[in-house]
Amino acid sequence: MSMNPFCEIALEEAIRIKESGLATEVVAVSVGPAQCVDTIRTGLAMGADRGIHVEWKGEGLGLGPLNVAKVLRALVELEEPRLLILGKQAIDDDCNQTGQMVAGLLNWPQGTFASKVVLDKEKQTATVDREVDGGLETLCLDLPAVITTDLRLNLPRYATLPNIMKAKSKPINKVTFEDLKVKVKSDIEVAQVTEPPKRKAGLILSSVDELIDKLKNEARVI
Amino acid sequence: MAINVTLFRALRPQRFAFTASSQRSTIASSRFISTLILTEHDGGFVKSSSVSAIVAAKSLGEDNSISMLLAGSGPSLDEAAADAAKCHPSVSQVLVADSDKFKYHLAEPWAKLVELVQQKGGYSHIIAASSSFGKNILPRAAALLDASPITDVVEILGSHQFVRPIYAGNALSTVRYSGDQPCMLTIRSTSFLVSAESRLGTAAISQVDLSTIDEEIVGKSRYVGCSSQGTERPDLGNARIVVTGGRGLKSAENFKMIEKLAEKLEAAVGATRAAVDAGFVPNELQVGQTGKIVAPELYMAFGVSGAIQHLAGIRDSKVIVAVNKDADAPIFQVADYGLVGDLFDVVPELIEKLPEKK
Repeated sequence: MSMNPFCEIALEEAIRIKESGLATEVVAVSVGPAQCVDTIRTGLAMGADRGIHVEWKGEGLGLGPLNVAKVLRALVELEEPRLLILGKQAIDDDCNQTGQMVAGLLNWPQGTFASKVVLDKEKQTATVDREVDGGLETLCLDLPAVITTDLRLNLPRYATLPNIMKAKSKPINKVTFEDLKVKVKSDIEVAQVTEPPKRKAGLILSSVDELIDKLKNEARVI
Repeated sequence: MAINVTLFRALRPQRFAFTASSQRSTIASSRFISTLILTEHDGGFVKSSSVSAIVAAKSLGEDNSISMLLAGSGPSLDEAAADAAKCHPSVSQVLVADSDKFKYHLAEPWAKLVELVQQKGGYSHIIAASSSFGKNILPRAAALLDASPITDVVEILGSHQFVRPIYAGNALSTVRYSGDQPCMLTIRSTSFLVSAESRLGTAAISQVDLSTIDEEIVGKSRYVGCSSQGTERPDLGNARIVVTGGRGLKSAENFKMIEKLAEKLEAAVGATRAAVDAGFVPNELQVGQTGKIVAPELYMAFGVSGAIQHLAGIRDSKVIVAVNKDADAPIFQVADYGLVGDLFDVVPELIEKLPEKK
């Protein structure tokens, strides 16, 4: 199992924040089956200090953002972090919901689709540039806050071999839904998964003249 | 500062099997459907993506009372409300939340507003377009209402059955909502087209009573500013023709050639992630899985290799044209017309030979 690319970016950002002296600890959390532990280890090798694995043994396309958000809220209440950073979406289900949902449950401000994050320790704020439909929007959030990462926030580091070795002794705590007193809500079922209609193979043309002719007279789009 | 917590998830292995048929289950809804549309507006007009949300609402079922919720402040809000009242014959009510809190469409006050309006109105469905507004706000509102939202819907099969893309559009997932809470959706506006004659509505306009709204979150998030490259080109999301440049353009300067071609075709300009990352163009031109989804009549891609994540954004285009030096570029597998050649020769030739617009 590999780490979701947006989550790698989130982890990288957290580690950079710690390296700049603005945070004392980075905790990496993953919710899912046993294989999650390998991914958490990678996170520890990148530079997180400890990990938390919330076990979920269920089948199918996973737990769903609402349940993950409830788990995160419960963990936040125990751990009391000042910043929660997540990837904006998972590249399997492409939901783009979890960060927004946990921010709603916690009643924390949210800075989604972040392409730049600047923390101010004195003011206890995070100034976030967000990639939105019209360009870039800048918000200033009071901590504690939730940030979801977009592609251009940073380039995640590779874990070096010495750090991979060191990571083996960093702790990963296992926690259950019962421990967190979170009840799983199942309000969405996947009825089926299908392939989208395939585009038919097209023509390779030999000149610009031919292209213009086809677009005008065959496709009739110009 | 104490602790940072990062959440990440391990990618699930592909465990599903593809099935060829698409079963349409007709869920006869004996329940009365009432829909609340979270409406975006700009400069006194309702955005077309929100009108697409109305079209989507219509396909939920025959008996559907559709209300539009607008928020903001000042005269442009009133103009937008008037526009909303006539934007579609199926809309029966326009609700207006007038307060400075909503001036910049922040998620925190908006989610509280949705919660308030839902508590009063008891809608069976809440819909927003899958724009950065809808994506930012709807899931937060869903969490407050304890509902799992279904985002980026491309097809509505019944009042509680929807199709959405997964794996960057390489698969389609049909899901059923079985909760008691409102069914909350964001919809892809390119999948729900607005017809020209829609503007015949006569809805009633009323003000939302904001006196009981939770003030606590207001002020914890402050709008600082925005930067957007002003352009004369049409909006990427609903342009009839889109001309895109990829990494093959090699520089921001060279993108001017794409702009010129777009001007000739009265087209919008798009870009791949590679071109944005390289700084050739600003982020709002990005087309793809995590950028904009487009479905124009004509999509022309120059110097674009055709990565899966880019194709995710253009799948529903009527005609795709690709120009690339590399005959093996994956883009040629989806292009209706391909030209293997140097875009630095092809684009100028196209600009020269394309008919002048009247």
